[in-house]
Amino acid sequence: MQGQGDSAAAPARAITAREGKGALVSAARRREVRVSWLLSAPALLVLLCAASGPLLIVLVYSFLTAGDYGGIVWSFSGEGWFKVFLARDIFDDTVSIADAHLTIFWRSVRLSLLTTLICIALGFPTAWFIATRSRESRNIWLFLITIPFWTNLLIRTFAIMEVIRSEGIVNSVLLAAGVIRQPIQIMYTDFAILLGMAYVYLPLMVLPLYAAMERLDFRLIEAAYDLYASRRRVLRRIVVPLVRPGLIAGSILVFIPSLGAYVTPRVLGGGKNMMLGNLIELQFGQGRNWPLGAALSLTLLLIVMVALIFYVRIVQKEAASRE
Amino acid sequence: MSERASFDVRKMPGFVAIAIATFLVLYAPIVTLVIYSFNSGMSVAMWEGFSWRWYQAAMQNQQIQDAALRSVIVATFASVFATVLATMAALGTTRVRPFRGQTAIYALINQPLMVPEIVTGVALLIVFATVKQATGYSGLGYLVLAHTAFCIPFAYLPIRARLEGLDRSLETAAADLYATPWRAFRRVTLPLMMPGIVAGAMLAFVISLDDVVITEFVKSAGQDTLPTYMLGQLRRAVTPEINAISTVLLFISVAIVSAFFVVNRKKA
Amino acid sequence: MKTGLMLTATAIAAFLAAGPAAAAGKLNIFNWGNYTSPELIEKFSKTYDVEVTVTDYDSNATALAKVKAGGHGFDIVVPSHSYIPIFVAEGLLMESRPDQMENFKHMDPQWVDVDWDPGRHYSVPWQWGSTGVAVNREDYKGDINTSKIFLDPPEELVGKVNVVPEMADVMALALMYVGGESCSTDKDKLKAARDALMAAKPKWLSMDYGTTDKLGSGEWRASVNWNGSTFRARLANPNVEYGYPQEGFPLWMDSAAILKDAVNVENAKLFLNFIMDPENAAMISAFARYANGIKGSEAFMPDDMKTAPEINMPAELAGAGKFNKTCSKEAQDYYTAIWTELTK
Repeated sequence: MQGQGDSAAAPARAITAREGKGALVSAARRREVRVSWLLSAPALLVLLCAASGPLLIVLVYSFLTAGDYGGIVWSFSGEGWFKVFLARDIFDDTVSIADAHLTIFWRSVRLSLLTTLICIALGFPTAWFIATRSRESRNIWLFLITIPFWTNLLIRTFAIMEVIRSEGIVNSVLLAAGVIRQPIQIMYTDFAILLGMAYVYLPLMVLPLYAAMERLDFRLIEAAYDLYASRRRVLRRIVVPLVRPGLIAGSILVFIPSLGAYVTPRVLGGGKNMMLGNLIELQFGQGRNWPLGAALSLTLLLIVMVALIFYVRIVQKEAASRE
Repeated sequence: MSERASFDVRKMPGFVAIAIATFLVLYAPIVTLVIYSFNSGMSVAMWEGFSWRWYQAAMQNQQIQDAALRSVIVATFASVFATVLATMAALGTTRVRPFRGQTAIYALINQPLMVPEIVTGVALLIVFATVKQATGYSGLGYLVLAHTAFCIPFAYLPIRARLEGLDRSLETAAADLYATPWRAFRRVTLPLMMPGIVAGAMLAFVISLDDVVITEFVKSAGQDTLPTYMLGQLRRAVTPEINAISTVLLFISVAIVSAFFVVNRKKA
Repeated sequence: MKTGLMLTATAIAAFLAAGPAAAAGKLNIFNWGNYTSPELIEKFSKTYDVEVTVTDYDSNATALAKVKAGGHGFDIVVPSHSYIPIFVAEGLLMESRPDQMENFKHMDPQWVDVDWDPGRHYSVPWQWGSTGVAVNREDYKGDINTSKIFLDPPEELVGKVNVVPEMADVMALALMYVGGESCSTDKDKLKAARDALMAAKPKWLSMDYGTTDKLGSGEWRASVNWNGSTFRARLANPNVEYGYPQEGFPLWMDSAAILKDAVNVENAKLFLNFIMDPENAAMISAFARYANGIKGSEAFMPDDMKTAPEINMPAELAGAGKFNKTCSKEAQDYYTAIWTELTK
């Protein structure tokens, strides 16, 4: 997706190259494209079998009738899509905008954006810290940051719960120190969800950022520092553009899974307020309405695509203005 | 050199503090987990003294051991496959002149990211059930395939981020010196890509370990992983045996990676 | 290098091929997590020389979806009573006739002609219980045999109540509270139930599982909860007490049944017969702390269960307990719509 951004500058180069040499080049060019496809083919094959292909089923299901006991009945129905956006009041049969669904969509987008921002705020300095260590110790720091993630998501989320619950470590320490009299209610709040998601997705920000920073030439930056006035400007003008691919990769890796998060809101949020992942799960599970679940999933997919296109536009514009 | 230049640009104000705070926050829950795996009581809320009780319980619980082992096996296979495939795809799609279909490739590779697990899970359940009935094969292959698929984007993005910034000139020079493109690749490009590949592989491994929902839908009889084993307990009570087995796994993985580091250093 | 590659490839192939074997001497059970007594499985394995594999699920819906899709390799499943008719209607269960098995004589007569499996042609009781309320008596000393505990909480419990996110049970409790019944399609009752839930929600702390642990630790002062879970919480914290709402409360029973596409049918039948033996049924109960449906199993149960008020329903409130029905599509859609509005 984000590839469109950096490839925007390339056609100019390609065209000038093509003008000069003609047919010979175009044969070489064809081979190049073929190699590209061949190299990507195995990954694409796996994805088609186990990710994108099955998704077509979801698309088909969203237009079918819900079975009485879950599953689907093979007859066309627009009910699934209808229910995503509109709600027929169950008591007086009036049709209105599905305000429950909109509330849940909005909460998911808001919390995911905040999670991404928190991950950048914490992840950027951390990746920088690691990237600026000596060559030998970098790997050790990198290793240290991944250790907490070698236990699975559920266990980590439960461990977070043990830290922040009313009788957990944070409250016990604060109580013992006399800072607070009553335990602070952290669990079952949006804050707990944010904390949990930022924790869970942080390595998805740090690792790509690190991969991008690690190759920075710090002497170059130092030289740049002589030209510019402040560290902040160096950061903004030199560092951020250079690590942009990592930043973009990290943001995508954090934002999108957050949107569909299921475990964290369920365990830390106390389930009083759903996020999209929970709403979709409800339809496939207890609610037994698969077509609605399928339509909701595709809506989520649409939100993500719109966000990405929007994002790519901005990046392209910036890239164009830089040239 | 002016006085101002003598400062180290690497030290951004506040960055070290934030980094250290981040490390502390990351480790707090894990340390809690490890400590309370030695708690003699049922609850983590109350420390009731040191005991090996949960380790003994986990030692006797064949189901939990199998689940833990299965998690590691699936994650290992899936992360290796995903990293290899993602590296190839990254080489094919990065630093090349734009070609038709390139955007489609990106979209396809990133697609698993955009779909909530439950949806992929249900879709895979339907597809794999048909295949299982047709072929009669119901082994771990399905889990590995499903995990490989959703790990690919996680491996791909860091590798690509790394590759994008690599200078072609080094490789061109190498191609002039060495005979084959393969050798140029192995001697020059691959080592340069390594940090990206390592980051990608680690992400893939971690993501595979984490997965609950897809695994729940894909697994056949006797194929619980640690997360699905826990999911099954969620509505009743999660026993501290989980803490014990997680601690054991944590120490084993730390030991393996440390050994890897030491060996590598000796080689270098 | 080449031999190394070959070895790796062989190892991978060998590993991937190792699926759950369907040979004689095996049994694959698909059951709720943390619900199957390991001692029971061990005893069965030793008695009949059968290798038993237990795989977990976390909800009836997941179990149904997986079984329906096919190719799963399970022999026995343990759905809740309201899902048994669905499994039967979808043609997923084998008519294994537990009523003709040797140990059927031990089954408590009250569980033989049940709505969901008249005459017991398909299923054998695993465990049964009720969904009521659990209250920490330190905070609230008034009457707890009422759904008011969560639908109109007394002042002492405002902001401290948890509600388990079990749609069918919570909706049934709310419907019975307003004078309706489970799976109702009566709009007045549904509306009243919704209003009661919506009005009560701001007074709740959370909607979460994990009740045994958090009631036991005293972190939650009240919760909608299952009887066996409350029993375990009380063992950790004597202040916890279980209330049977007099307005009506759901009963449930999980039953073991053989799947139509089971491979190890004979072993599965042996297993159904095996768990109808009082001594073995007692093992199930001793592990998960719920009652089973087998006469005479009390004698083998742990002493603390024989007198537990959570397990032995008081006679004057027993009439308020009703088994949840299997909801029609219409009722289910009402449930989901109200539930979505409640947790938006």
